[in-house]
Amino acid sequence: MSDPVVLELREQFATVEQQRRTAGIGIWLFLMTEVMMFGGLFVAYTVYRFSHPQAFAEGSSHMDIVLGSINSAILLTSSLTMGLAEFSAKLGRQRLLSALLAITILIGLAFLGIKFTEYYEHFQQHEAPGVWFNHAGPHAPEVQMFFVFYFLMTGLHALHMSIGILLLLGLMGRNLIGSFSVVYHTPVSVVGLYWHFVDIVWIFLYAIFYLPGLHK
Amino acid sequence: MIQAVAERIEKNYLNQKQGILSWLLTTDHKRIGILYTFSITVFFFLGGFFALLMRLELLSPRNWLVSAETYNKLFTMHGIIMVWFFLIPSIPNTLGNFLIPMMVGAKDLAFPKLNLLSWYIFMLGGGVTVYALLRGGVDTGWTFYTPFSTTYSTTYVVAAAIGIFIAGFSTILTALNFIATIHRMRAPGLTWYRLPIFVWSMYANSLVLVLNTPVLAITLLMIAVERVAQVGIFDPALGGDPVLFQHMFWFYSHPAVYTMVLPGMAVVSEIVPAFARRPLFGYKAVAFSSIAIAVLGFLVWGHHMFVAGESVYSALTFSFLSYCVAVPSAIKVFNWTATIYKGSVSWDTPMLYAIGFIGLFTIGGMTGLFLAALGLDIHVHDTYFVIAHFHYIMVGGTVMAFLGGVHYWWPKISGKMYPEGLARLSALIVFLGFNLTFFPQFVLGFLGMPRRYAAYPEEFQMLHVLSTAGASILGVGYVLPLCYLIWAWYYGRDAEPNPWRATGLEWKTSSPPPTHNFKVTPVVTAELPYDYDAMKEELELV
Repeated sequence: MSDPVVLELREQFATVEQQRRTAGIGIWLFLMTEVMMFGGLFVAYTVYRFSHPQAFAEGSSHMDIVLGSINSAILLTSSLTMGLAEFSAKLGRQRLLSALLAITILIGLAFLGIKFTEYYEHFQQHEAPGVWFNHAGPHAPEVQMFFVFYFLMTGLHALHMSIGILLLLGLMGRNLIGSFSVVYHTPVSVVGLYWHFVDIVWIFLYAIFYLPGLHK
Repeated sequence: MIQAVAERIEKNYLNQKQGILSWLLTTDHKRIGILYTFSITVFFFLGGFFALLMRLELLSPRNWLVSAETYNKLFTMHGIIMVWFFLIPSIPNTLGNFLIPMMVGAKDLAFPKLNLLSWYIFMLGGGVTVYALLRGGVDTGWTFYTPFSTTYSTTYVVAAAIGIFIAGFSTILTALNFIATIHRMRAPGLTWYRLPIFVWSMYANSLVLVLNTPVLAITLLMIAVERVAQVGIFDPALGGDPVLFQHMFWFYSHPAVYTMVLPGMAVVSEIVPAFARRPLFGYKAVAFSSIAIAVLGFLVWGHHMFVAGESVYSALTFSFLSYCVAVPSAIKVFNWTATIYKGSVSWDTPMLYAIGFIGLFTIGGMTGLFLAALGLDIHVHDTYFVIAHFHYIMVGGTVMAFLGGVHYWWPKISGKMYPEGLARLSALIVFLGFNLTFFPQFVLGFLGMPRRYAAYPEEFQMLHVLSTAGASILGVGYVLPLCYLIWAWYYGRDAEPNPWRATGLEWKTSSPPPTHNFKVTPVVTAELPYDYDAMKEELELV
């Protein structure tokens, strides 16, 4: 009974294969709900960008394009290391898996570090919405709205990143006690899909917040 | 022999483990279904209590019982509790939870721990909402329209929004669990076209919930952010657009209406063949009409904004698409009717509720077409006509189906029979009370009585008094089943495994079922579900 595959098979399933495929459909459905949740914010952003194009371009020109671009590169690299982690899990290379998970976690933390540096800058420049906000030029309420969406959407994204990092730590823990093998590594694939999804969301966030100000 | 019988009685899901912790930590879908039944019953009577106070207030044209401000809170809390804490979880989380794994021949749902988690999330969301209520309530209406909700209301909007936000995740997790179960956990031989319609409808219903609930969550989050941080999202003074809120809210809430009625249709599609002793007429048409309702339901939300400054082209499109939803709904009604035609119908309680559902749903659906008509909607918009319309769907439809389903599967759930005579009587009381409550409201609305007012012109008093009288009868009709079902749980006659001689895997196991539903995983060989013709021959042989 020490076979990890048998230990991981839940009682409601007949086979490991059935369990794996059920987990697959579960995470894809969950990602569908995430698409709809971020989708609501993207719709609202799009509507307001069409009604206030100058204000949104003005807001976007206050973004730090360098830090934003570095963060995009960093996050895409983490998708690569996560993909390699899934691959090494399939091959049963447990030490490589741990190493790649560790690298992914570090890259994720670096992303969050840069993100919070940017947030700090925005607070310093009185660009954070609410009581902190102070904009001298025209369209002040609409520029503030740009920053509302910026903080709301990147904040929600950062929350997802943080949850992702916790999940990766959990995977590392389970890998270190030997839960995964060539035949059973479903959680690695599931968390991997989540991580890639969060990365893809960032690509869109980068495009809608950092790029409109470039050709102002 | 006695020992064998005792052993058989001992080993079912209800008595295998004892004690409160065995319920609070259970991952058995049947027990979680009962936990949900308990929770939503409490919320149902809480929401009903608010409705009762409203109806009492409306006995007189002037404010005599509560102030106008309190009245605003009463209809808001009635709506919030009934929509999110009773109607949406009602049939899926109780009967769906209990039955789906059994109907697909599985030991449990795909993710049992997630199922328990979703109950705790539901209770947390309910707790936060009740907290908002105890602190003084909310007065925005269940629709949270901006800018009133974000700027002007002085009540506990954020707390209520957070409560609903949290409960939404419970809905999402349950729906996800159902879809994964229906895809991956079916017994050998149980192909899609051999599934009961209950499962098809629940599948369509879960798809809608998975796709629309996250939009509600994010919309309520934006309301909370706007209110707390005092920034502009929907506030026109700060560049926002209140109509955008209405679009986002109804993109959720119109499909949500279908998630309230699809489960009712699921229940009725099971009851009608069983009590007409005939296979369901047009099985595939009924199955795909559920999917069609789910898909079309996402394309009609704009019909709530015909008078909110929508462009005439959008309004035309939304009106046309709203008419289209009538097609799959009518397919269901016609197929149920065709099933009953020339059947040997027996008038047991579940069938009474099912027949009630078909009639009342038809009235509710037809009056929905009045509201989808651009010209007519301007006349009856925001009147009691709307109130009567959606109560015919939600109370006359969903609540009737819920009660019918509870009676139909009660022998399976509790292992006991309920008192049939009393149950038939209360089904009749519910039907009469319901119609007396809500039919006068159609007339009121058509005469111009607007919704959400505590006081009204004197010429409307007669109809309001009739409605309140009906509500008190309806209340009796709801309290009666609560009493005799609890009685039957302890003192009812023991139920056979299949007291209705019905088809379906849930009737093939004992009543109440063992913890993992089946002693041996069933293998399905019957070509069609609802094969009552074959069953007739079998029964004749016996």
